[in-house]
Amino acid sequence: MSEETKASLKLSGLEPLIVTPQSNFVNVGERTNVTGSRAFLRMIKEGDFEAALAVARDQVEGGAQIIDINMDEGMIDGKEAMVKFLNLIASEPDIARVPIMIDSSKWEIIEAGLKCIQGKGVVNSISLKEGEANFIAQATKIKRYGAAVIVMAFDEDGQADSYERRIEICKRSYDILVNQVGFPKNDIIFDPNIFPVATGMEEHNNNALDFFRATKWIRENLPGAHVSGGVSNVSFSFRGNDKVREAMHAAFLYHAIQNGMDMGIVNPTMLEVYSDIEPELLVYVEDVLLNRREDATERLLEYAETVKGDGKKKEVDLSWRNVPVNQRLSHALVKGIVEFIDEDVEECRQQYKRPIEVIEGPLMDGMNIVGDLFGSGKMFLPQVVKSARVMKKAVAYLLPFIEAEKDGVRSSSGKVLMATVKGDVHDIGKNIVGVVLGCNNYEVIDMGVMVPFEKIIQTAIDEKVDVIGLSGLITPSLDEMVTVAKEMERANLSIPLLIGGATTSKVHTAVKIDQHYTKGQTIHVLDASRAVTVVESMLGPKKELFVSDLKQEYARVREHHEKHRGAKQLLSLEDARKNALKIDFKQEDCAVPNELGVKQFVDFPLQDLVDYIDWTPFFQTWELHGKFPAILTDEVVGVEATKLYADAQAMLQQIIAEKWLEARAVVGLFPANSVGDDIEIYTDETRKTVLSVQHALRQQTTKADGQPNLALADFVAPKSSGIKDYIGGFVVTTGHGIEAHIERFEKDHDDYHSILLKALADRLAEAFAEKMHEVVRKDLWGYAVDEALSNDELIKETYRGIRPAPGYPACPDHTEKIDLFRILNATELSGVSLTESLAMYPTAAVSGWYFAHPQAKYFGLGKITEEQIKDISQRKGLSFDEMDRWLSSVKH
Amino acid sequence: MMSIETILKDRILVLDGAMGTMIQRHKLEEEDFRKGWFENHDKPLKGNNDLLSLTRPEIIKDIHRKYFEAGADIAETNTFSGTWIAQADYGLEKFVYDINYHSAKIAKEVADEFTAANPDKPRFVAGSIGPTNRTASISPDVNDPGFRGITFDELVNAYKEQVNALMDGGVDILLVETVFDTLNAKAALFAIDEVYTERGTKLPIMVSGTITDQSGRTLTGQTTEAFLISVSHMPLLTIGLNCALGASMMRPYLQVLDQKAPFGVSAHPNAGLPNEFGKYDETPELMAVQIKEFLDEGLVNIIGGCCGTTPDHIKAIADMAKNYKPREVKQVN
Repeated sequence: MSEETKASLKLSGLEPLIVTPQSNFVNVGERTNVTGSRAFLRMIKEGDFEAALAVARDQVEGGAQIIDINMDEGMIDGKEAMVKFLNLIASEPDIARVPIMIDSSKWEIIEAGLKCIQGKGVVNSISLKEGEANFIAQATKIKRYGAAVIVMAFDEDGQADSYERRIEICKRSYDILVNQVGFPKNDIIFDPNIFPVATGMEEHNNNALDFFRATKWIRENLPGAHVSGGVSNVSFSFRGNDKVREAMHAAFLYHAIQNGMDMGIVNPTMLEVYSDIEPELLVYVEDVLLNRREDATERLLEYAETVKGDGKKKEVDLSWRNVPVNQRLSHALVKGIVEFIDEDVEECRQQYKRPIEVIEGPLMDGMNIVGDLFGSGKMFLPQVVKSARVMKKAVAYLLPFIEAEKDGVRSSSGKVLMATVKGDVHDIGKNIVGVVLGCNNYEVIDMGVMVPFEKIIQTAIDEKVDVIGLSGLITPSLDEMVTVAKEMERANLSIPLLIGGATTSKVHTAVKIDQHYTKGQTIHVLDASRAVTVVESMLGPKKELFVSDLKQEYARVREHHEKHRGAKQLLSLEDARKNALKIDFKQEDCAVPNELGVKQFVDFPLQDLVDYIDWTPFFQTWELHGKFPAILTDEVVGVEATKLYADAQAMLQQIIAEKWLEARAVVGLFPANSVGDDIEIYTDETRKTVLSVQHALRQQTTKADGQPNLALADFVAPKSSGIKDYIGGFVVTTGHGIEAHIERFEKDHDDYHSILLKALADRLAEAFAEKMHEVVRKDLWGYAVDEALSNDELIKETYRGIRPAPGYPACPDHTEKIDLFRILNATELSGVSLTESLAMYPTAAVSGWYFAHPQAKYFGLGKITEEQIKDISQRKGLSFDEMDRWLSSVKH
Repeated sequence: MMSIETILKDRILVLDGAMGTMIQRHKLEEEDFRKGWFENHDKPLKGNNDLLSLTRPEIIKDIHRKYFEAGADIAETNTFSGTWIAQADYGLEKFVYDINYHSAKIAKEVADEFTAANPDKPRFVAGSIGPTNRTASISPDVNDPGFRGITFDELVNAYKEQVNALMDGGVDILLVETVFDTLNAKAALFAIDEVYTERGTKLPIMVSGTITDQSGRTLTGQTTEAFLISVSHMPLLTIGLNCALGASMMRPYLQVLDQKAPFGVSAHPNAGLPNEFGKYDETPELMAVQIKEFLDEGLVNIIGGCCGTTPDHIKAIADMAKNYKPREVKQVN
């Protein structure tokens, strides 16, 4: 019999988690807890379970091996919330893969939770608090449900607060569980109470020490049993002083693990690395934890006072200017301060023999700190981009000196080629990845946007790059990435190929790209924060292991996809059409527009768009996740989000005051009727001359009873009905004028402001689309004259009518843009042009159709069959191959 | 009579084959499913095979007999759909006790005949407990992933009724099989444990999961090992796999159970995969070749057949299995 079988705690979600005596500390995710996280509580209260799931997913992706779920709050129905959340998690394989810890002080919530999990979870917690009979009944039930259990050191007389009481209660609980209930020994986990230290009360001085001793005793005397606890409690008296708290948590964990604690609830963002704790602070902290001196608390408090000002004082603290220059450089890099960088670099340069050494020495040291902090979740993307700005400025200052020396070749960790593929102009994500890689000592060759594969491959060969990273936002770019992969194969390249961008996915990479590039490895990178790890793994010594894991994973993804595809039955086009939405059209629902024809708007006041901005996606661009405005007070990212928001507001004011951008739009309203899945758009009210035909795609997935298979054409009255109906089209942009400013920032090596401006321009374009839609509803079309909606309601789209955009879920067919632009004369009137992949340039642009029927709603097309692609290519008069390529992302 | 636990240490036991495949051979009509019990029932009953234990018991007994003659040690009761949840479609919730009680009773009668004729080879009856037609972990409504068509409590309630009736009818083993949602199986085990406590007696329990495809996962997404861990809180006679796959495709997942399970291991695969007409056409010889690999590797303690297998398949398997030592059962910690 193996060691593993003998003495391990075995848990499961969709996958097993086995805790053996040799395992590392098991980290329990603590953020899906309404008592511990105000943000999570708010989500549950507001019924925003999507966001709550995102929190759970984040934790699992961040390395939590178990997730603790707690819904104990007076204001919510805890039982209902627990059941709903667990049921939702069951449908999310990337969360459900880990075991669940059901955390409640109420037995009914625990039991309701146990009825929802198919895996073997953990109950947190039960105790002897209400006597043996109750304890036995609950333990018997838990065993019957097949879960492990956390037992608190708590009995009829209260919570154990000394070493003796802890071991007495744990021993008694253990004996009852093992001898009377027959509970498996390995499934018992004790929580011997982590209490605060350094509270100023003498009786608390041994709190940590007693926990350590009790832990050791349990592990030595209660065979099989495990020890867990909530670590943050220990530093309770230092709330508000994160530096001291982080050090205390790290030191506490270090000693607790040494004594046998093998599981626990730890907030990874509130944790210093034990070996990184300042030696002086460590001494004070350990004096307190181990109760080594009578004045330990006073000494720690005194020290705490000296670090307390951190981030709290409003006046600029320039004390860092007094430290040696190397440390000043590190400080400037970590804090993103450009103010003194030239003088500091100059001072440093004088101290080194060669200018290159300044980069390789102090500057890289500083950037390594930034990379580590980002990697461990202690810095966020906006901060990293600011650090990069400092680094670039420093390098720019040194460059003339290095060139004067001629042979100043800088050593980097590797060369990465970055490009947005042919036909696509979106580059925010690519630039962010470039910055993050640059921060980690990779040399980045950024080829910009719309880069054809020939150039990518030639440059990769000429420059001997180590990695190629491709980016793209629109769906046709997915196809272009496949082309690049095929061409890399043909060119005999074997370097890693990274795939990133909003429409890319692991599934697409595994199913469509990976197989075309057999000589090297293709990897999907989910976001910028993963880029460094991925590149490191691909270039590092463990590359083979990483690649073989990846190959297996992609093979699994492919199998899964294939199975899923096989399982999903699509309707024939004929059947889908039979199940179309059949609106009972009435003339009064088809409002006659006040103004037919095309109307141009130039130099639209930007100020009028500010209230229409949806800020949540802005933060997503910076990989700060959460809803606006709640994100500003989020526990984890709140501080950085607030800073970023302030910078954005300041720039927005400048954009408006100094007219950096010009908002231009074109809107058209036309008579229209549907004919089958097509929409005929007429030149005038006589409806005799067809100006354009819009070809709608129809959903083909099997629907529940009563649910129609939608196509946009369903929202327009059929020609045969004799009812006069209408359609609208629009193109808006806020991108004119942006280039000059981007260039200015890039010249100044200021990626931060360059990305900020692009992200703001994108937001303004979306706001402009929202604003114009309102103008159309209230005025030009005029069917909702009395509408009065708040910004929030606008974002939630509670109004009548929709404005679906070609290339987006309701009509993924980008080629519809060609005719839309033609009938609006959009390129001329709005100044927006289309690339060969039908991306819009300037990028800060939105285009789409207006549908006004009260029953018109947004939907996702989903997958369609080859039959429909054949059908639409005939309707459009294009070749099947061409349409097949444009629609490959929705093809079943 | 020797206990099944003792016999299992000594030899590999053979479970019977498919019930449905055998029933199909009789070309039964609607009236066969009604005879004497449901003459005036208002819903069509053809295809509700469990009813035949009541209406055509001689057919069911004959099938058990054929499997025992082929060499099976264990017969499964004709109760795969014997819960009020599965019977609700037919409006026969009220007859669940009768179905299970009589199915157990007739199977036990046949087993006893064979044991009496050859006491050296005692025959056993396993009460078949199917998954029901609802899942506790998956929403039937794609637009509402939080919704559930059945609750844990309803499942426990249904399984308790079935388990009590099977035990009243005299089964020797309880077999929770074709587990595609582990939460359903956990409800069945919960019910069994409650019934055991209430009755003060226990029977050995077999649990058999279904890996639906080559991803190696159950329908609800668990890996084989996660499935094993999730049902290991009960002291099982065996943990195993059945249905969905043919023998050769099942092998990698049986290896996982062999390495990790502190219980016996069972397998009753299909006769290959269904052909384009939904029929299983793997011959007894072909299936035996694949099962031989299990035996050579020492993967199993109990072996039998699921969909598409017949007495001929079971005979081929039994003739081979008697030449092999059973897998060594690892100790429970």
